[in-house]
Amino acid sequence: MQHGKYRFIVGFLALPLAMYALFVVWPFIQSIYYSFTDWTGLSPEFQAVGFGNYRRMLEDAIFWKSLQHSLWLVLLLPLVTLGLALFFAFMINVGGRRRKNAVVAGVRGSSFYKIAYFFPQVLSIAIVALLFQFAFNPNDGMINSALAAVGLDHVQPNWLGDPDLALYCVMAVLVWSTVGFFVVLFSAGMASIPRDFYEAALLDGAGRFTTFFRITLPLLWDTVQSGWVYMGILALGAEAFATVQIMTVGPGGPDYSTTVLPLYVYQTAFRDGQAAYATTIGVALLIVTLAFAAIVMRLGRRERLEF
Amino acid sequence: MGSTSARTDGDGFGRRDLIKRSAALGLITVPTMSLLSACASGGGGSTDKVEKGKITKDNPLGVNETAPLDVVIFDGGFGQQYAIDAEKKYNAAFPKAPKVKHSATQKIQSTLQPRFNGGTPPDLIDNSGAEQMDMGVLVGKKQLLDLTPLMDAPAVDDPDKKVRDTLRPGVLEMGQFDGDPVWVMYYAYTVYGVWYSQTALDKLDAEYPQTWDAMLALCEKAKKRGIAGWTYPGKFPYYLPFSLYPFIAKIGGREVLDRIDNLEPNAWKDPAVKAAFEAYYELYKKGYILQGTPGMTHIQSQTAWTKGKALFIPNGSWVENEAAPTTPEDFRMKVAAPSGLDASDKMPFGTIWASGGEPFIVPAKAKNPEGGMELLRIMLSEDSSRNFTKQVKSLTAFNGGTDGLQLSTALQSAVDALAKAGQNVVNPRLQDWYVKLQKEQIGVAGLGEMMAGRATPAETIKKIQAFADAAAKDPSIKHYKHQ
Repeated sequence: MQHGKYRFIVGFLALPLAMYALFVVWPFIQSIYYSFTDWTGLSPEFQAVGFGNYRRMLEDAIFWKSLQHSLWLVLLLPLVTLGLALFFAFMINVGGRRRKNAVVAGVRGSSFYKIAYFFPQVLSIAIVALLFQFAFNPNDGMINSALAAVGLDHVQPNWLGDPDLALYCVMAVLVWSTVGFFVVLFSAGMASIPRDFYEAALLDGAGRFTTFFRITLPLLWDTVQSGWVYMGILALGAEAFATVQIMTVGPGGPDYSTTVLPLYVYQTAFRDGQAAYATTIGVALLIVTLAFAAIVMRLGRRERLEF
Repeated sequence: MGSTSARTDGDGFGRRDLIKRSAALGLITVPTMSLLSACASGGGGSTDKVEKGKITKDNPLGVNETAPLDVVIFDGGFGQQYAIDAEKKYNAAFPKAPKVKHSATQKIQSTLQPRFNGGTPPDLIDNSGAEQMDMGVLVGKKQLLDLTPLMDAPAVDDPDKKVRDTLRPGVLEMGQFDGDPVWVMYYAYTVYGVWYSQTALDKLDAEYPQTWDAMLALCEKAKKRGIAGWTYPGKFPYYLPFSLYPFIAKIGGREVLDRIDNLEPNAWKDPAVKAAFEAYYELYKKGYILQGTPGMTHIQSQTAWTKGKALFIPNGSWVENEAAPTTPEDFRMKVAAPSGLDASDKMPFGTIWASGGEPFIVPAKAKNPEGGMELLRIMLSEDSSRNFTKQVKSLTAFNGGTDGLQLSTALQSAVDALAKAGQNVVNPRLQDWYVKLQKEQIGVAGLGEMMAGRATPAETIKKIQAFADAAAKDPSIKHYKHQ
């Protein structure tokens, strides 16, 4: 059965690969090409300008600010989201008190929590951002009204209008809308860990803390790693763009405190009519994304357990 | 449950090999794809225009009577019915032409960019809304048709008058970018200024304040009753210039604004700018700005305003329609020119900012450009103008057309404000010449920070001057000057 195998595989792969090349690889190559021109995006005429756009990018303070915010999102978002998701998933599946008929069980009402956490995933990110825009309204929004209701009348932050808080408001929305997905993902992973491992650990007198770090996390490592890549791409891509574009001052403000790379690409291309410079920033974004994936894959490489 | 790692044992090949080989296959596929897929910015250059028709008294632009006409309208706050009505008149005037091809969209740029790039744009475009195409770039890249023939054509209502003589002040100049050619015809006419509720002022036994001292006194009076003096869209602080720029012009004369528009060195360091900034900053310092304003959208601030939480809001005449859902019956919305600073102001009270909106363009590569201009000529008749005002409660570029119409309080106050202003209508151009400078840099990074109390007027002026200097030096921005 050895011969004909290649032909068999090629037969399956040719079409998807061709589509991938046409709709993913080719646009990448095109945009790299455009980054060396002065194309406006509004007329078919353009000229090659060499490295002009790249030189301009390196001197562009707003580009560096956007890069800094994007990197900050890439570091913090996965950490917070996955940390929370792991905690929730552990509590739902393993963290509960011991009951008579089961060795490990979730906290009381865990099946309800599972659905409640997943719920935001059903809403599109644009709707979530719009909802939180109302919640963050400093004058009569939900959050400040709640603060006033518990007697904190003098603590009425401007939230999105405050440069020190705005980026964290955006992060909070992204965490809120994505954490549920990872709770479900990790729950599925945890459910497949054999119960006897936990049983053995309990017999040895391990507490919840030890059980989590010695058993759950190592056996879940592959899932966490893919979650990390997924969250990072989300923090560099469309979701971060949508929340910043819809929610923030300007958008990107106040005073550039929330601008991120995809937003800067969008503004440069479609507001300023400088498509070529926008593709240059896009190339920078591509490099950041690739570097991020490479680092995560390398750091995350561990021995795998088979069970 | 099994392993997630690649198996490399014995015969057959593992997943990793498979990936390697398929990647190689992908590399071969890429170059061949280039033959199949068309280049995004390719094409261009086809100029199969329709033949020009005979110029007659009824057809001064020489429209080809049988040629089709392709129109794209921005389907926003003004809707599209007014254009459809005008198109019907076009078809009535040219019965041999096929029915005008009408399409309406909110996504002007995504719909039309490929057509511009491909060299097949429509004949008339209402280039408006959030996805407006940058007109500076379109002009710079010679994508637009000079509308001078339209401006010199006789008006529909009075053949002895040229179209250019029937327009409101400033409209024609707005369509010019560098020299005489008119690239853009702004159809709607917007009045900017300080918006308020007459009812709210009546409750405070107050008149609209004509000087800044009176303004501060009124704000103080309101504050004592728990009402804020001002609010503004903190998330889009570029609304502040709607009353701030005419205020600057009133203090220091319209040359100050012209110098600012021309990006002249130290234009922002003019004493009039400083005085105006300090006056506005005082609103913040004395606590006359509604709490939470820096974090509010335009809708949120307008709603707070219609609920009576604040007296004044800088805005444009679209606010009447936009705030209608939350406006109480007895609100009596009005607009006024900005209060002056004191008696030494260079321009009289009433100096106001008014300018064109809804920019209509005829692409240079349109197939039937005469048809596009003729439709604009029809739209600029008194009848069409009245129809527009009746439908969408906004003035048009046509000077007049409101007599005998039952106007709302807000629209009537705009008409009155324009009458009071007379020739003292200013028209700052930053927001159409340098969008990024106006909105993101002056608006968000400059005024927004100042009005939130995070920067002093002096710091703000320095910051804005630096932005303006950078824009003046930036070779990737096209620069314009007042004529």
